[in-house]
Amino acid sequence: MANAEDHQTTRRDFIYYATTGAGAVIAGAAVWPLVNSMNPSADVLALASIRVPVDSVEPGTQLTVLWQGKPVFIRRRTETEIEAARAVAIEDLVDTGAENANIAGEAEATDENRSLVNFSPTNPDGTMGDPVGTNGEWLVQMGVCTHLGCVPLGDGAGDFGGWFCPCHGSHYDTAGRIRKGPAPRNLPVPVASFVDETTIQLG
Amino acid sequence: MGGIPHDHYDPKTRGEKWLDGRLPIVGLLYTTVMAPTPKNLNWMWIWGIVLTFTLAMQIATGVVLVMHYTPHVDMAFSSVEHIMRNVNGGHMIRYFHMNGASLFFVAVYAHMFRGLYYGSYKAPREVTWIIGMLIFILMMATGFLGYVLPWGQMSFHGTAVITGLFGAIPLVGETLQTWLLGAGAVGQPALNRFFSLHYLLPFLIAGLVIVHIWAFHTTGNNNPTGVEVRRGSKDEADKDTLPFWPYFVIKDLFALAVILAIFVAIVGFMPNFLGHPDNYIEANALATPAHIVPEWYFLPFYAILRAFDNTVWVVIFAEWISFGIIDAKFFGVLAMFGAIVVMALVPWLDTSSVRSGRYRPMFKWWFGVLVVDFVVLMWAGAMPAEGIYPIIALIGATYWFAYFLVILPLLGVIEKPMTPPATIEDDFNAHYAPKDDDTQPIVSPAE
Repeated sequence: MANAEDHQTTRRDFIYYATTGAGAVIAGAAVWPLVNSMNPSADVLALASIRVPVDSVEPGTQLTVLWQGKPVFIRRRTETEIEAARAVAIEDLVDTGAENANIAGEAEATDENRSLVNFSPTNPDGTMGDPVGTNGEWLVQMGVCTHLGCVPLGDGAGDFGGWFCPCHGSHYDTAGRIRKGPAPRNLPVPVASFVDETTIQLG
Repeated sequence: MGGIPHDHYDPKTRGEKWLDGRLPIVGLLYTTVMAPTPKNLNWMWIWGIVLTFTLAMQIATGVVLVMHYTPHVDMAFSSVEHIMRNVNGGHMIRYFHMNGASLFFVAVYAHMFRGLYYGSYKAPREVTWIIGMLIFILMMATGFLGYVLPWGQMSFHGTAVITGLFGAIPLVGETLQTWLLGAGAVGQPALNRFFSLHYLLPFLIAGLVIVHIWAFHTTGNNNPTGVEVRRGSKDEADKDTLPFWPYFVIKDLFALAVILAIFVAIVGFMPNFLGHPDNYIEANALATPAHIVPEWYFLPFYAILRAFDNTVWVVIFAEWISFGIIDAKFFGVLAMFGAIVVMALVPWLDTSSVRSGRYRPMFKWWFGVLVVDFVVLMWAGAMPAEGIYPIIALIGATYWFAYFLVILPLLGVIEKPMTPPATIEDDFNAHYAPKDDDTQPIVSPAE
């Protein structure tokens, strides 16, 4: 097309650009379904919520359940663990956000903002927002390190008595907050609530 | 080939002429196989053949393994055990394929460091080098994808970590990671597509290998002196070169035989030496192995990934200057890929006028340290991410970048290189002095 001689824009030029443009659009339109087919399929996307019985969980122990393909830690913390978590000043934290899906908007990563609201008769539907009855005994969080997605080790592992990720050495405290190592964020708290005295619903 | 004067295929019979007029494929193969090759090539020039052989072996064993493998989360692990126990000779085929990956990387690292020492990347061979780096990246992708397929503990959690690297990219990372996995977490969609891609990539590698060979046949091989073959006349060229067949083919096959003897000994007597016992435990999403490490060939880059945590000042500075977009996690990922990128850019970072490291007195030492650095990084990558190891990894990573970004550009300016021999023939004769009664070296191939 491009000749050394100057020439005025012709009908042929127009057809050339129009055809190239149409070809590019068609190629893109043909490739997109292939790319999109690699996104999560309908069954994967169908969000399931699960109910987890927690009556057998003793203080100082942890239950790990699989939810939406990922592990969730449900820990019943001891008094010592709760006190240790509450003694930490916010400014000592790497990530000062609560990372709690149950709290709308920004919230500070205090222990109160991370632990699960207890089941209480005054709060029978278990919704968040009403802190009555909170004693921070239950901590529910995703068991996926925010660095590169390994499952951290629990039961007091790491330098801060909470969780320790063996892959790249991230240390989380007893409220699941990142304290040391490469992970950038606190372990996220999923949507969770008590539906009765001994059952937690995830999602 | 290319600029080097050489023989051409001359179809003689009627049948040959008939084919040559329609598809000159015999001529193409003749020119490729009879390529004039510098006659002073040393034993570091054998790795290309080893790599080509390994690629063929991996494809052949892989095609057979696929006939017995099931890419499903409930059946993948047991189908691999089925291969190991029930399929006729299946355990050997799998062990060859599994250790073949290690042979591949031993050979490719030797091949790359050969190129780095003898300046094979320097003009006019930049394209050969870049194609080679693309092959290296595809090899790493293929190796990783293949490691996922047995669906053991290391497969599963390794996948979580590696796809997490993409998740670390700001803004689009999580979407990208979900797209790669086909779900929010590692599971059936990931296994199925990784299987598909593990089968695809080796054929892309094979295609790039042809382009790689095409590129260095156009420029001619480098050689230990870094001096170009004389191209003034065919006579001159013949004094510097010998045809690839039979001279180099036989030499390369001998080297291949020695290497395969070692390889087969490893496959036969210690097939799991380079693997991890944890991968013989079926994948379990609820528990990460206590000490997760990738295969040995990824360790140097893995060590670089881990070296940069949020206590390192460059990381803190990057986070501050990018308003938090580049956090420690993303920085580590950038460093890991950057370690490969700086290597790919070495043709433009090395400013020396002399090609071969043999005639560069200062370069030799820095290069030696780079080789040691690579081994140290490999070792640090295998160690737990605590105590002294992250510090060693950080020093190692710093040297890696310093070598390519600071030392190579400066050396070209401050180093005074020795004078390389004028011709390849001189170098050859210095090693193999011509006999008095027979000064005429054999230059024409046995036909």
